[in-house]
Amino acid sequence: MEGIVGYGAHIPRHRIKVEEIAKVWGADAPSYKRGLQLREKSVPPPDVDTITLSVEAAKRALKRAGVDGAQLGAVYIGSESHPYAVKPSGTVVAEALGAVPDCHCADYEFACKAGSEAMFVAMGLVKAGYIDYGLAIGGDTSQGAPSDALEYSASAGAAAFIMGRENLVAEIEYSNSYMTDTPDFWRREHEFYPQHAGRYTGEPAYFKHVTGAAKALLKKAGAEPGDFQYCVFHQPNGKFPMRAAKMLGFTKEQNLTGWLAPTLGNTYSGASPIGLTAILDVAKPGDRIFMVSYGSGSGSDGFIWKCADRLAEVQNLVATTRTLLDERLTYVDYGTYAKYRRKILKNY
Amino acid sequence: MRDVAVIGVGMPKWGELWDKSLRDVFVEAALLALADTKVDKLDNMLIGCMSGGLFVGQEHIGAIMADYLGQRHLAAGRVESACASGGLAFRCAIAEVASGMSDVVLAGGVEKMTDVSGDGATYALAAAADQEYEVFNGATFPGLYALMARAHMEKYGTTRDQLAHVAVKNHHNGTKNPNAQYPFEVTLDQVKNSVMIADPLRILDCSPITDGAAAVIVCPMEMAKDLTEKPLVKVTGLGQATDAIALHSRQDITTIEATTVAAKEAFAMAGKGPKDIDFAEVHDCFTIAEIVVTESLGFFEPGKGGPAVEAGETARGGRIPINLSGGLKSKGHPVGATGIAQIYEIVKQLRGDAGERQIENAKVGLAQNMGGSGASTLVHILEVA
Amino acid sequence: MFPARYAREMPHRYRLEAHKCKQCGKVFVPRREICDKCGATEFEVIRLSDRVKLVTYTIIHTPASQFKDQSPYALGICEFPEGVRLTAQVVDIDFADLKTGMDLQVEFRRIQTDGHEGILSYGYKFVPVI
Repeated sequence: MEGIVGYGAHIPRHRIKVEEIAKVWGADAPSYKRGLQLREKSVPPPDVDTITLSVEAAKRALKRAGVDGAQLGAVYIGSESHPYAVKPSGTVVAEALGAVPDCHCADYEFACKAGSEAMFVAMGLVKAGYIDYGLAIGGDTSQGAPSDALEYSASAGAAAFIMGRENLVAEIEYSNSYMTDTPDFWRREHEFYPQHAGRYTGEPAYFKHVTGAAKALLKKAGAEPGDFQYCVFHQPNGKFPMRAAKMLGFTKEQNLTGWLAPTLGNTYSGASPIGLTAILDVAKPGDRIFMVSYGSGSGSDGFIWKCADRLAEVQNLVATTRTLLDERLTYVDYGTYAKYRRKILKNY
Repeated sequence: MRDVAVIGVGMPKWGELWDKSLRDVFVEAALLALADTKVDKLDNMLIGCMSGGLFVGQEHIGAIMADYLGQRHLAAGRVESACASGGLAFRCAIAEVASGMSDVVLAGGVEKMTDVSGDGATYALAAAADQEYEVFNGATFPGLYALMARAHMEKYGTTRDQLAHVAVKNHHNGTKNPNAQYPFEVTLDQVKNSVMIADPLRILDCSPITDGAAAVIVCPMEMAKDLTEKPLVKVTGLGQATDAIALHSRQDITTIEATTVAAKEAFAMAGKGPKDIDFAEVHDCFTIAEIVVTESLGFFEPGKGGPAVEAGETARGGRIPINLSGGLKSKGHPVGATGIAQIYEIVKQLRGDAGERQIENAKVGLAQNMGGSGASTLVHILEVA
Repeated sequence: MFPARYAREMPHRYRLEAHKCKQCGKVFVPRREICDKCGATEFEVIRLSDRVKLVTYTIIHTPASQFKDQSPYALGICEFPEGVRLTAQVVDIDFADLKTGMDLQVEFRRIQTDGHEGILSYGYKFVPVI
């Protein structure tokens, strides 16, 4: 049996409200909040990046797994905001966790799907018997151009999972992947911010791939939406995952626990993985979780997890995702946010 | 070991000397010291300079200064111990003479700090702290002394006002020093309301960025009478000690142990104790430093340095006047020169030649010069011969 | 920041590796060749706990140039249960909430960036316990 032996998340404490961004650009906050179902988003301070988020999430995952960093056979980080254009994020994270030198390491990029991609590959290596433990991380300090719709959602956070064969907290039952070449969202080299194709990012992109992957996965598992206690989908905003769930026949209740976008924003590669950690924090042994990610370009990875007995023992070993999301928040104004996100031109 | 006398001292006006280079600043001071004696040829020259490299890009200080002093081929070198470089130069010069290696030695100190931006100066000065474990993480010098200040305030009840009293006193003393960079009065309120640098230290708690140099000339006691017409001053006590460079690695951050150790050594050599000292020049790079140092030297019990300055015990006319020259605070702090300038002030006082600053019955003076956050200290005791 | 200078400190800064004297047990960061307590020269590598106590602190308003965008920031000396003390920034806290003796935990953060082109330097900062 293979699955997750430990998991953890990390979310910066800073937040900015939709109203604060809308005020600067003369946008109508209530319509954004209603239309995108977003209230606020996390903001990374200048000393936080995908690497630091990954290390902190991974430290929580290792504690829950009861595994030492040196036991990791692979360290994979999926992100579209790797701090270096050339030089892996994974080596820094592996060094910080004590996983070096006997470890395979790679950075993944597939827009918002990079995190689930890392999970997919780490799980595959464990299943193949190549490694005993594989660390998969999805995390981003997401970019969104000033005044663009993305600016209301692009946020920061990471989730980490230790995949293994023993002492599971959740067993993997099925997984699949679904992808086509769909240019709905991209960022060219040397550009600061991604571009997107407006409404083309919806039906032909997000919904086609999420529902495509989900239907194929349900079929593969011979399962129905009602067979799951929880579902979690990629959440570029609050609206899309709720609509996808409904299209597939999942209920709002199944979707609610992992639906973090309204107060977290879109953590890109971290989105459905962080949602999964929030579900694992409260799920009971035997519960089944249906997860589908989405990355522009485009593709979706699907996973069916079944919670194991050991989950109950580890849920409160470290801070839960809800604690990180809801407690001791610091709200920043747009000026501070612009400074933190290096959006103020200093000409040097 | 031969007894050593200080026979000449020289110090020009300090400040932001825009028109003067590192060599100009030093040579001016050295010529003043030579002119204070009958000496025209030196046997050796030791120069305290913390960072010619970072401040003006010039190392190899010994050769350039000997050349421009008109003493080509002179045995000359630079010594470094951060802000205690001047004190170290003085000690090395005494060792040269006492040992018989040389007869007439010039000990100088110099720093040219305004040829870099404020950021450049902050960077150069930070080189005196632990680069990898303090500076790397965002520590600055005011920051390190602020850490000490908070710990001292919380442990002993030292007050914000007491810190300010150090600045008020030293600026008052500095008004009588024609060589001081900032010879003006400051009030308690001005200090307490000045710009915050590192809480609780404000800009008027900090010594300034200064260009300046000072020089003194030493020789064996038995030769002194032939080489100067001035009253003779004898070096009777020397002490030097170090401590962990990183503040966080020290046993106790509310005291400067290197100062305590160096002072003990100097007192023992001179056969004197803290009560025998008539006046002292101490390293007040920040107001908290003077309070802590006066305790570490044994002038006051731990925790009593603050109340002492508030009560005027360290003022001119007080029990033990501290920093009659204006201290680093008002006189300025060209880091490598500071230790030598302290000796200059002590010699002037002991000779009865300190002008408006002169105190009565100045027989025994002590100089305490330290580097970094106190990881190096030199203490010297000088007496009327 | 030249990479070699940065890289050699990684074990201490990244994962709080410390060197414990095999003779007297005193713990050091960074590593030393000789114990300053007992003079022994053999050490074992341990990892420090990530919970610390704040010994003293300040708020830096005029930092070195590479920290300007973070100013003002709190800087503290913290003591680890193993006896080691280290200096680092205290972040994610209102300055008014800082208190000598308070519990903090260690978090992995970006410490410096060497301009637009240079390497990124990571290390430890102190944050409130969560």
